[in-house]
Amino acid sequence: MKFRTFALFVGPSVLLMFLFIATPLISVLWQSFHLTKPVFENVEVETCTPSFTGQTCVTENKTRPKLNKEGRIIEETQFVGLQSYRSLIEPEKTLTALSSGNWSQIQNIDFWKALRFTLTFTFITLPLVIGVGFAIALAVNNVLKALKGYVIFISLLPFIITPVIGALSIRWLFIGDGILTAFLEWWLERDIALFAQGWTIELLMLFYRVWHSAPFAFVVLYAGLQTINQDSLESAIIDGANRLQRLRFIIVPHLMPLIIFIALIHLMDAYRVFDEIVGFSSQAHVISLQWLTYDLLTPDDSGSRSIGRASASAMLTMVGIALILVPLLRRTWRDHHEA
Amino acid sequence: MSIKEPVEAFSSNPLEVILGPFTRNQGKGLSLLDMILGGIILYFTVKLVIDWLPKKVRRHSPWQQEWLGWMIGTLFFGIAAFFLFFFILPNLMVSLNLWIGTLGKPLLGLTMEHYHAVWVENEFYRNFINSLIVTAGVVAISLSIGTLAGYGLARSRTNLAFGILIVALIFRALPHSVLVAGYLPVFMHSREILEPIFGSSAPTLYGQPWAVIAVLVSINQPFTIWMLRSFFQNIPSELDEAARVDGCNHFQAFRMVIMPVMWPGVITTGLFSFLLAYNDYLVTSLLLDAQNQTMVPAISGYFNRETTTTDQVEAVAAAVSITAPLLLLVLVFQKQIVSGLVQGAVKG
Repeated sequence: MKFRTFALFVGPSVLLMFLFIATPLISVLWQSFHLTKPVFENVEVETCTPSFTGQTCVTENKTRPKLNKEGRIIEETQFVGLQSYRSLIEPEKTLTALSSGNWSQIQNIDFWKALRFTLTFTFITLPLVIGVGFAIALAVNNVLKALKGYVIFISLLPFIITPVIGALSIRWLFIGDGILTAFLEWWLERDIALFAQGWTIELLMLFYRVWHSAPFAFVVLYAGLQTINQDSLESAIIDGANRLQRLRFIIVPHLMPLIIFIALIHLMDAYRVFDEIVGFSSQAHVISLQWLTYDLLTPDDSGSRSIGRASASAMLTMVGIALILVPLLRRTWRDHHEA
Repeated sequence: MSIKEPVEAFSSNPLEVILGPFTRNQGKGLSLLDMILGGIILYFTVKLVIDWLPKKVRRHSPWQQEWLGWMIGTLFFGIAAFFLFFFILPNLMVSLNLWIGTLGKPLLGLTMEHYHAVWVENEFYRNFINSLIVTAGVVAISLSIGTLAGYGLARSRTNLAFGILIVALIFRALPHSVLVAGYLPVFMHSREILEPIFGSSAPTLYGQPWAVIAVLVSINQPFTIWMLRSFFQNIPSELDEAARVDGCNHFQAFRMVIMPVMWPGVITTGLFSFLLAYNDYLVTSLLLDAQNQTMVPAISGYFNRETTTTDQVEAVAAAVSITAPLLLLVLVFQKQIVSGLVQGAVKG
């Protein structure tokens, strides 16, 4: 294919990605070093009120935002360097907390709190999702072949359901005196409040995410299991390999590319954890990096959005995912060049 | 739960939740006659869908595109069933139940009033229409752009093509909040920024459905081109080479040879685009204003309120309303979804 035709085919897509993915990144980088705020002016205002003896006049100095000719607030943007980053990370507070070895103090800073949760969430769900998906795939492949259709249908539901609503449905089961909490209370004969502290919410979130993503791993690995060379499995049986050995030396190596693919996709998706926070309304206890940026972007009580800090948090989020993905991407690149 | 009075929906006795005596005593619910007649009609409707509809669709599909026929067929059927079960049958049953007497007394407590409250009083249909616009736009645009790019990438073996794919993969990893942080200030001030170019007709992009569509299409683009590329790689390249030998250029070959055989892959990719647009919370909630929301962000209004039990039941009703189309989707397109998951993995 000539370059010109190739460019015509790929052009629109590349242009869109450039316009709406690459340029926003640049503008985020720029915003994170700048601060936009309205220009204020000092005005002397004289207010007079009628009184019994005539007029009482009070003059006072007021600061108010400057307006331009059309009545819009004039805003100015200035370079503030690392100020947004600093107000996000709060280095002094972090350092004192670190030197005194006080972990809970670091957890008071939103950014570290979010980072801690995002990373633990990502790396705990990763093996669970792959493990559960693999187990279901093996079970369906070996024992439950007849049930294949039903298992796939049922497992597709959590994968396809809107994440916010999926999280909500779990929450409704466990909240206050939901069905399952009532059952647990009756069973353990004690009061249970699953939404009163951070770690129970986190457990529920982990559970939800595994329930949501394991079907994907299951479907992919099940398809992979169908492509395994039956001859090598049979010769392994003849050589006296037991189930575990067959699993370890034939099946897992064969599925390795798929497992890496699932890990890659899962790392990307789990690092983006956000819908769970919304669904569980867990802002008070647990937040994630994406939620932090989202929260900074939503208008606060006075209607202003802290764009600078949101951009700083977005940049740091991006650096995080880049660091996580570099080893996997390098592997993909190497595979391509070998092939 | 969403079809009961709040008193029962939160009852600690599971039997009460199912039978709903409180709702029943209010005279709302299904009588024995309702259940028998409804069951019979439901049975025939399902039978009609399974036996009669496929034949009709196959015979009358426009331009030999069966999927188009299916879409039109299901749409008509859905509307007809909606009117039958929600307007004609209930009204008919009210008079029938009165006429028959004791057998017409409600047996199973049931009420649709929360759905009525959500859809009619709280104007949830507006959010539904917004969702419809956004998802339809995203699917249509991302597919038409994505198929072209996917085909180009599948047929090119240059380093540039591979580079584009790797960059797309990196873009796929970006959290959406990062991108939205880039859009938001630009979109809000787009009027002033674009004024020098477009003059006084420069639009404010914030709150515009088509701006959201463009954003979602671009966010979805990396995934779309990866998936479509692997589908196109499965179509043997001898097919379009033969067409080229016969004197077609690349575009003609694409239109006449590839397009007729690419529909399974396109439908699968379209499903995933649909899911992304339909399920999105972050982008739509930040880029559209509160009066103009799609369904999923709109539901947060319900569950954040949740002060009374009625609110909670209404939240459940809204959640069910959002989930129902997805359930239907899995039923109809199960095979395509599975093939899409597998395709992306095995080839990607």
